[in-house]
Amino acid sequence: MTANPARKATLSLRSVWKLFGEGAGAVLRDTGGNPPPDLLREHAIVAAVRDVSLDVHEGECFVIMGLSGSGKSTLVRCMSRLIEPTAGEIVFNGENLLSVSPQRLIEIRRHQMGMVFQHFALLPHLSVLANVAFPLEVQGVNRVEREKRAREMIELVGLGGREGFYPRELSGGQQQRVGIARSLAVEPGVWFLDEPFSALDPLIRREMQDEFMRLQAVLKKSIVFITHDFDEAIRVADRIAIMKDGAVVQIGSPEHIVMAPADDYVAEFTRNVSKSKVVRVSALMKPLPKRAPAGGYAGDIDAGARIADAAPLFLGASKPLRVTGADGKPIGRLEQSDVVKLMMQG
Amino acid sequence: MALDAGGQQRTLKPMHLVWLAALSAVFALWMWGKNVMPWAFKVPRELRIPARTWIGNAMDWLVETATFGLFTFMELTRFISAAVDAPYRAVLSLLSTGFLKGQGSDAVQMLPPLSWVAVIAIVGLIGQYAGGRKLALLVTACFGFIAVFGQWNNAMITLASILIAVPLGTAGGLLLGIAAWRWPVVDAMLRPVLDLMQTVPVFAYLVPILVLFGFGPTAAIIATIIYAMPPMTRITTLALRGVVPEISDLGNMVGCTRRQMVWKVMVPSAMQSLMVGVNQVIMLSLNMVIIASMIGAGGLGYEVLTALRRLDIGTGVEAGFAIVALAVALDRLSQALARRASSHQHAEAASGGLLARHPYTVAAIAVVILTGLLGLALPALQSFPEALLLTTGDFWNEVVKWINVNYFDQLEAVKNALLLNVMIPFKRFLTGLPWAGVAGLLVLSGWSLGGWRLALLTGVLAYLIAVTGQWEKAMITVYLCGISVVLACLIGIPIGMYTASSKRLWTWVEAVIDTLQTLPSFVYLMPAVMLFRVGDFTAMLAIVAYAVSPVIRYTALGLQRVPESLIEAGRANGCTDWQLMTKIRVKLALPEIMLGINQTVMLALSMLVITALVGTRDLGQEVYIALTKADTGRGIVAGLAVAFIAIIADRLITAGAGRLRARFGLSQREASV
Ligand SMILES: Nc1ncnc2c1ncn2[C@@H]1O[C@H](COP(=O)(O)OP(=O)(O)O)[C@@H](O)[C@H]1O
Ligand SMILES: [Mg+2]
Repeated sequence: MTANPARKATLSLRSVWKLFGEGAGAVLRDTGGNPPPDLLREHAIVAAVRDVSLDVHEGECFVIMGLSGSGKSTLVRCMSRLIEPTAGEIVFNGENLLSVSPQRLIEIRRHQMGMVFQHFALLPHLSVLANVAFPLEVQGVNRVEREKRAREMIELVGLGGREGFYPRELSGGQQQRVGIARSLAVEPGVWFLDEPFSALDPLIRREMQDEFMRLQAVLKKSIVFITHDFDEAIRVADRIAIMKDGAVVQIGSPEHIVMAPADDYVAEFTRNVSKSKVVRVSALMKPLPKRAPAGGYAGDIDAGARIADAAPLFLGASKPLRVTGADGKPIGRLEQSDVVKLMMQG
Repeated sequence: MALDAGGQQRTLKPMHLVWLAALSAVFALWMWGKNVMPWAFKVPRELRIPARTWIGNAMDWLVETATFGLFTFMELTRFISAAVDAPYRAVLSLLSTGFLKGQGSDAVQMLPPLSWVAVIAIVGLIGQYAGGRKLALLVTACFGFIAVFGQWNNAMITLASILIAVPLGTAGGLLLGIAAWRWPVVDAMLRPVLDLMQTVPVFAYLVPILVLFGFGPTAAIIATIIYAMPPMTRITTLALRGVVPEISDLGNMVGCTRRQMVWKVMVPSAMQSLMVGVNQVIMLSLNMVIIASMIGAGGLGYEVLTALRRLDIGTGVEAGFAIVALAVALDRLSQALARRASSHQHAEAASGGLLARHPYTVAAIAVVILTGLLGLALPALQSFPEALLLTTGDFWNEVVKWINVNYFDQLEAVKNALLLNVMIPFKRFLTGLPWAGVAGLLVLSGWSLGGWRLALLTGVLAYLIAVTGQWEKAMITVYLCGISVVLACLIGIPIGMYTASSKRLWTWVEAVIDTLQTLPSFVYLMPAVMLFRVGDFTAMLAIVAYAVSPVIRYTALGLQRVPESLIEAGRANGCTDWQLMTKIRVKLALPEIMLGINQTVMLALSMLVITALVGTRDLGQEVYIALTKADTGRGIVAGLAVAFIAIIADRLITAGAGRLRARFGLSQREASV
C-alpha cells in the first residue's frame, strides 16, 4: 500500500511557478527564478503556485491538501496545462509537457488524462449517457462503440438505469458519479480530481469517498486528488502534499504527516485527527522476539491495518499481537503499551 | 453609511463657485451677447463641416464606382438582395400569395397558401408544445383575432418578413458574438460600433439601405436584420463569458478542438441566455418590420402608416390591435420555447410509431394536408369568409367623433394650456440659447461628473452637432424629449413608489409594463392621434406612453432593494412613514432611479424619431424627410446627431448615478443588458 520510493513516476513537477498579474514572467526572470514576496506585492502579482516539485507515482493516490486559496486548483490545472505555468518543468510519462505542440497536447488530454470537477461541469443539454460518452464523441469514436463504453462506466459508478436522465434531474452525488464515469471513459493514465466531493453533503461525501476507494482498489490509477478537508485526505491518500500560500510545505504518507508535522501550519490540521485511525500497525511494530512470549499472542494482525482496528484485539489481556505481512507470514509483534501510548496522544 | 442629512455641509465649495461663474457667464452671453459674439449663437460659415455632402458623395461613390476587383459594390448588394429575396418569396407564397406560375396579372396559382385554419392550428400546436394548454389558447386567440378583424393578409406579410429576418439576425449576431468572445481584437472593434448602432434612430438605418437596396420588402428585411443583430451579438458575448470556467476546462480536458469547443461545449451551455437574445431579436424585428413599412415592407406597418397619413383613425387602430396581438403571441411563444430549450427532461422511453415519437409534427402535417384538401371544397376554410369579418374601423371613427363632439373643448383646453404655458416657452428658451454656452455647460458637467475624458467626449459631440448645422433641430429634439421625460418621471416615479410596497400589486404592474415594452413603437401613435390629432402635444403623449416603463420598473426595484435593516434603523430613530420614504428609501434608491430615467431618455429619443410622422420639427423630422427623399447624407447626419444626444445623456446620467452610488457606499451593480 505505502509508496515505494523506487516506483516509476507518472507525473513529475520540477520548480513549477504560476504567477498571476501583468509582467509576471519578467519579474520571475529578473529575480533569477526566486522573487521575494515584497516585490510580488509591489507589482500586484499573485503567486498562486510557488516553486513546487513533486512526483506522482504510478498507481498511487496523491492528495494535495490546503486551505482555500492556497493554489491547489491552479497547481492541478498547471499539471494538464489548462493553465500555462510561468516557469518550471512538467514531465508526464517521460514527455516534457510544456514543450509539446498544441496538437500533441490535445492527443495527450484526449487519451491519457481524465478530470473530475468540483461543481461537476456536466453539459446541461446532454443526457447522462451522452455526457459520459462525450470525451469519446470528441475523439470521433462512433456512436455504438462510445455508448457501449459509456454504459459500462455508468454501471461501474452505480448509475445503471439513469442513462436517459439529464443532469438537472439528478442529485449532487449522482451528478458527481456521472462526472467520475465521464472522466474514466477514456481509460486515462492519470486521473485528476479537483475537490470532487466538496460540494456534497457530509453524509453523501462519506459515501462517495468509500465508492472512490472501491474504484481505486480495482482500477489502480495514478491519481492527483485535491481537497481542503484533511480527514478526506488521510482517508483516501497514499501520499499527501500540504500546500500553503502556493508552496508545498510537506509531502509524505498520512502517518508520516500525522506523526511528524513539518511545522505549526501542518500540526494545526493534524491536531484533531485521532492518530490511531491513521497510523498503521507496521509503524509501531517491534521485531519478533527470538522466542515466542510466555503467554503466547493475543491474536494476529495485518501489518497494513490501522492501530484503531488492532486495539480491540488485545481484549484486556496483556499479551502482544503477532503482526503478519502481506503473505500471511509473521513479521513482528505489536505491544499493548505502544498502542496505549499512541492513543493517549489523541 | 452616513445618513445624517442634517450633517451635510452647506458651505460653498470651489465646485459650486465654478458652476455659479459658468452659469452667470452663459446667462450674460444669452442676455447681452447676441451682438458681441454672434458666432456663439449661429455657427459661422467657415466653421461648418459639410458632412452631409461628404456622406452623400461617399454614397454616390459606393453606388457608382466602388468595386472589389472581381465584382462591384452594387453587384454585392444585388447578390445580398437576391439571397434574402428568394427565401422571402418562398415564405410569402406559403403564408400569403400561394405559389404562382407566370408574372403579374397573368399569374396562375399553382398551390394555394396555407389556409388561415392551418396557420392558426399550427401556431396552437407550437403553443401547446412549448407551454401547454394555456399558451395554446392565448396564441390561438391572438391569431384568431387577427383573422376575424380582417388583418390576416397584412399580418401574414409581416410574419413572413419576421420569419426570414429572425433566423438571419440570430445567426449573424451569434457569429459576431462568438468572434468577439474568441478574439479580443474583434471585441474592441465591435464594441463602439454596437454602442453607436443602439443609439442611432431606426429611420437613419433606413436611408442608406433604401439607397443601396431600393424600395421593397427585401430592403426592409435587410434593415431589420441589421437593426436586430447588435443585441444578439452583445448577449452572445456576455452569455459565453458567463459560462462557468469549469465547463471550458472540461472542454479542454477532453481535448476539444476550437470548433468543438464552441459548438459542442460553449454554445449549448450558454443556451439559456442565448434564448433571451433570440426573444429580443424577435421583438426588435417585429418593431423594425413595422417601421420598415416606410421602405416597402408592406404588411401591418404599411396599414398603420397609410392610415396615419390619411388620418383614418379606424383603420389605424385596427391594424394597431393586430400588431399588438402578433407581438403578444410571438413574445409568449418565444419565451416559452426558450424555457423549454433549457429545461431538459428525460423522455419516458418513447416507443411506437412516428406518431408517438413526433406527435406535434405529425399533427401539424395532418392539419396542413387536411385543410388544404378541404379548402378546395370549402372556400371558407381557405380564406376567412368575408361575411364573418368584423370591422371595428367605423366604431373607432365613431368613438373619435363622439369624443370630439362631447369633449373637444376640454381636450383642446388641456392641450393648449400645456402648449402655450409650458411647451412653447420652453422650446423658445432652448432654441434661443447660444450653442457655445450650452456646449460649455455640458463640458463642465462632464468634467465634474466623470473627469476630463467625459468632458472631452461631451464637448466634441456637442461641437459636432453644432458644426454640422444640426444645432437648432437638436435643441427642438432636446425640448420634446426633455419635456416628455419629465412628464414620464412625474407619472412613473409615483407609480413605482406606490407599487414597490406591495408584492401583489407589483406583479400586476410588472406584467403590464412588460407587455407595454414588447409593443412596437408605431402602436403608441394611434391613441394619441385619436385624441389630439397631429402636433407636438400628440408626439409628447406617444413618447411618454412608450418611455414610461423603465422609470416605473427601476423606481420600484430600487426601492425594494433598500436593505430592510436600514428601514428598521430609521423607524427606531422615530422617522415617520413620510420621512422613511423621502429620507431613506428614495435617497438610497436614487442611483437606481437614475438608471431608469436614463433608459427612459433612450426610449424617448428612439420614439421621438417615429413621432416625426405626426409632424414634429426636430431631428426626427429631418431623418424622415431624408428618407422620403432618399438623401443619405442628410439622413445620416441627422441620425448621428440624435445618437450624439443619446450618448451625451447616457454618459452623464450613468456617471452621475455612479457618483451617487459611491457616495452612499453602495457597490457598483452591473447595468443589466
Ligand atoms: N485567473 C486568476 N487571476 C488572478 N489570480 C488568480 C487566478 N486564479 C487564481 N488566482 C489566485 O490564485 C490563488 C490560488 O487560487 P486557487 O488555485 O483557486 O486556490 P484553491 O484551489 O486552493 O482554493 C488565489 O489567491 C486566487 O485568488
Ligand atoms: Mg480550488
